[in-house]
Amino acid sequence: MDVLDLARWQFGITTVYHFLMVPLTIGLSLLVATMQTAWVRTGDRRYLAMTRFWGKLLLINFAMGVVTGIVQEFQFGMTWSAYSRFVGDVFGAPLAMEGLVAFFVESTFLGLWIFGWDRLPKKVHLACVWAFSLATIASAYFILAANSWMQHPVGVEMADGRPRLTSIWAVLGNSTVLAAFPHTVFGAFAVAGAFLVGIAAWHLWRRAEEGRADEEGAVWRASVKLGTWVGVAAFAGLAVSGDLQGKLMFEQQPMKMAAAEALCHTERPASFSVFAVGDVSRPDCEDVKSVTVPALLSFLAHGDFSTEVKGIEELVPLYQERYGANYPVDERLGELSGQPIDYVPNLPVTYWGFRLMIGFGAAGAAAGVLVLWLTRGGRVPRGRWFPWLALGGVAAPFLGNSSGWIFTEMGRQPFVVVPNPGGVDGVWMFTARAVSSSTPGEVLTSLISLTLVYGVLAVVEGFLIRRYVRAGVAGVLPDRTGDPGGTGEKKDDDVLSFAY
Amino acid sequence: METLWFCVIALLWLGYLFLEGFDFGVGMLLPVLGRDETERRVLINTIGPVWDGNEVWLIVAVGATFAAFPDWYASLLSATYLPLTLFLLALIGRGVAFEYRGKVDSARWRRAWDAVIVTGSWTAALSVGLVLSATVFGLPLDAAGDRVGSPFAAVRPETLLGAVAVAGYSLVHGAVFLALKTEGQVRFRARGLALGVAPVALVPLLVLLLTVQLRFGSAWTWAASTVVALAVLGAWGRLVLGREGQSFALMGVAVAATVAALFGALYPNVLPSTLDPAWSLTVSGAASSPYTLTVITWVAAFGTPAVLVYQGWTYWVFRRRIGTRHIPPVHVVPSGDRPAGQGS
Ligand code: HDD
Ligand code: HEM
Ligand code: HEM
Repeated sequence: MDVLDLARWQFGITTVYHFLMVPLTIGLSLLVATMQTAWVRTGDRRYLAMTRFWGKLLLINFAMGVVTGIVQEFQFGMTWSAYSRFVGDVFGAPLAMEGLVAFFVESTFLGLWIFGWDRLPKKVHLACVWAFSLATIASAYFILAANSWMQHPVGVEMADGRPRLTSIWAVLGNSTVLAAFPHTVFGAFAVAGAFLVGIAAWHLWRRAEEGRADEEGAVWRASVKLGTWVGVAAFAGLAVSGDLQGKLMFEQQPMKMAAAEALCHTERPASFSVFAVGDVSRPDCEDVKSVTVPALLSFLAHGDFSTEVKGIEELVPLYQERYGANYPVDERLGELSGQPIDYVPNLPVTYWGFRLMIGFGAAGAAAGVLVLWLTRGGRVPRGRWFPWLALGGVAAPFLGNSSGWIFTEMGRQPFVVVPNPGGVDGVWMFTARAVSSSTPGEVLTSLISLTLVYGVLAVVEGFLIRRYVRAGVAGVLPDRTGDPGGTGEKKDDDVLSFAY
Repeated sequence: METLWFCVIALLWLGYLFLEGFDFGVGMLLPVLGRDETERRVLINTIGPVWDGNEVWLIVAVGATFAAFPDWYASLLSATYLPLTLFLLALIGRGVAFEYRGKVDSARWRRAWDAVIVTGSWTAALSVGLVLSATVFGLPLDAAGDRVGSPFAAVRPETLLGAVAVAGYSLVHGAVFLALKTEGQVRFRARGLALGVAPVALVPLLVLLLTVQLRFGSAWTWAASTVVALAVLGAWGRLVLGREGQSFALMGVAVAATVAALFGALYPNVLPSTLDPAWSLTVSGAASSPYTLTVITWVAAFGTPAVLVYQGWTYWVFRRRIGTRHIPPVHVVPSGDRPAGQGS
């Protein structure tokens, strides 16, 4: 494998991994802040128990989000240095803003929240968790603005062969990020909602098995309810914002649109393929048996049922004409030097990535609704299938998010910065050109060591989460002083009420 | 404007080395100063609320470099690939270890994470020292800013000296910090250790500064280096008298003057090429456009004071000394198969 392949694998593995922690942190932190607000306002201990329990899981997850995020930031320079030089004038600014505006707030106020349970006045302590939560959302905005610029470069002009920033407002207000940000944040809430539902439902089931009937049941019922509503609302939000993204994609990245459908030939009106049997990759995509909904794709693309959607075979010549048929002869391109450019993304990945994104998301929301209905009025189903349903519902939106990203990122290949039909023309970069001049040995070393470490950490995090989930509320509300959770009063001698 | 951003980046590195310096030190000293579990928890809790905030100084230093000097960011990070990989692995281990060590009540579990904290802290301090000094001494870059030669081009006697210098500084700085932040046995042990190792551990830093001076020095970086020497002497002297706060502050002066001397010697380069001075990346050559610099200047002008205020506030909230008496008993997480308190 050459540096390009290794670098892509490394970027893909580390980002998809980072994005397992990210949506849970974003979604859960806001829900925990809401729970704590409910506790502070009502004084109901049920809400305190919820805050503590879900807060603990949030912390376990957050630590991993932080350490994997640092790798991301270094990676642009380490493995994609040609890319970094090319886009630095535009791309660095949102990253710097993210650090200065979001990460400082996030890390500082989380520290205050963890250690401040008894040291800070109740309301100040509550404000800390809100600051933390809002900062995670702000960080998402900045990084997505950077990512959206790669999908749709705006606010720049070309100077000395590099894009030069002319308007930061254009970058921060890019139509692509205005759609991707809500989509991603709703995706985060889909994850958090399903997380609440699945774990709480498992607890309800186990309590029923053991015949327990203490007050803890109320905690789990409240969690199921909150989680389901959040999850369903998030899914609705995903559909609306996703539809918006589809329309932008039709205008901005026609090839990605065709790839999402594995659409070989231009159709008018175009039908939407629900699923296909067989191999969707070129050139035999004609043979695929596909279940389709007539004219739906036209609607997704442009809001009416008759729009023409261009197919791959028609798009390729257009791309070749505009961006060249062959890579330039340049030793830095390695094997690709002088070779024809393949403008078609990996079709099985994009086709199935798109469908799995929607399917997993829908499955997660459906599992939530089902659980809520099955546990209505104090009921708890007794079959062994019930905990599996609940926990499967947790996994689904995570997988949906990963599929969405894999689709988006693979769908823009072979470009890393995608040319922009509607806007500033002439701004694009091939992925093959973006990579550093590192040796394969270097990238292989980091790829292997990071993957191994991530693998080990996944096991450890899973183990800890499982442990704290099983321990339930008892694991997070020690009856230390007869006043668990603290009164929120400052006790001068109580330096550390919540120590490591 | 480029020069302003050069200074901002120096300042961010200063913040990072000063803040994370002591939490590296605490990690490095964990087994030495923490004789039993409770004492080790005292040590870790001195940095518990702040280590993540400290690390963000690194994230912002690197992010600001990307925004203000993309060529510097790209060349430095790709040319020091392997040391940085080691650095990242060390940061990953350390970060996770702080958070996870206390989450299971088992001696084996804690021992394993302690080992990660100690090796992670040493490795991180050494590797960041290596990379930073490679910035000052230069790398074999070609005209395009790419490294020529082996992946180990950054590992040379002078950068190894830089690695040891940062680790030595962190060690002493961490010990002084602990003397300031703890009480009882741990405090006195930390002070004794700081006094004992400082005369040795700080030598590499002074030698590093001397080397830099002899190669690139100008009058005012000589002045800065002299301040470093005086500050560490002062820090030692104050500590002898038991004035831990003043000693800690003087360690801060020392690192500030160190950063000033190193970055001062570097200017107007940001990353010298050891092959041909014409290929060196310079402040003006590597910088982003004036517009981009203006944008991030506005962000920094509002952001930085806010950060200083609320991070300062955190240190104020957690200003008290910590001692073994504050450490609550280990809170046992029930295995979860049975509800707590309902044995069977
Ligand atoms: C949509 C949201 C999102 C996306 C696409 C990314 N991240 Fe992230 N990142 C977050 C949302 C986030 C967060 C929610 O703010 C995190 C996750 C969990 C956490 O601890 O904070 C975080 C943590 C985090 C950290 C550690 C922050 C700290 O110490 O507090 C860094 C340096 C990065 N990220 C950098 C990146 C880079 C360079 C990315 C691009 C590949 C990236 N993240 C993708
Ligand atoms: C967190 C969510 C993200 C996920 C899961 C994700 C996923 C991926 C995947 C799977 C690839 C590999 C594509 C391929 O090799 O064909 C990739 C590439 C890449 N992504 Fe993302 N990405 C995410 C966010 C981002 C963001 C926010 C940025 C920029 C700010 C970004 C920039 C890149 C770059 C530079 C590459 C390398 C070029 C390439 O291989 O295509 N990604 N990403
Ligand atoms: C219900 C209908 C949905 C539609 C129509 C839809 C549509 C889209 C589209 C068109 C994109 C690509 C944007 C681009 O590359 O230009 C996208 C990306 C993405 N989707 Fe969806 N989506 C839906 C549901 C979901 C669900 C349920 C999830 C997660 C649980 C999800 C998560 C993502 C993620 C993480 C991305 C990549 C990030 C981004 O570009 O925002 N989507 N979606």
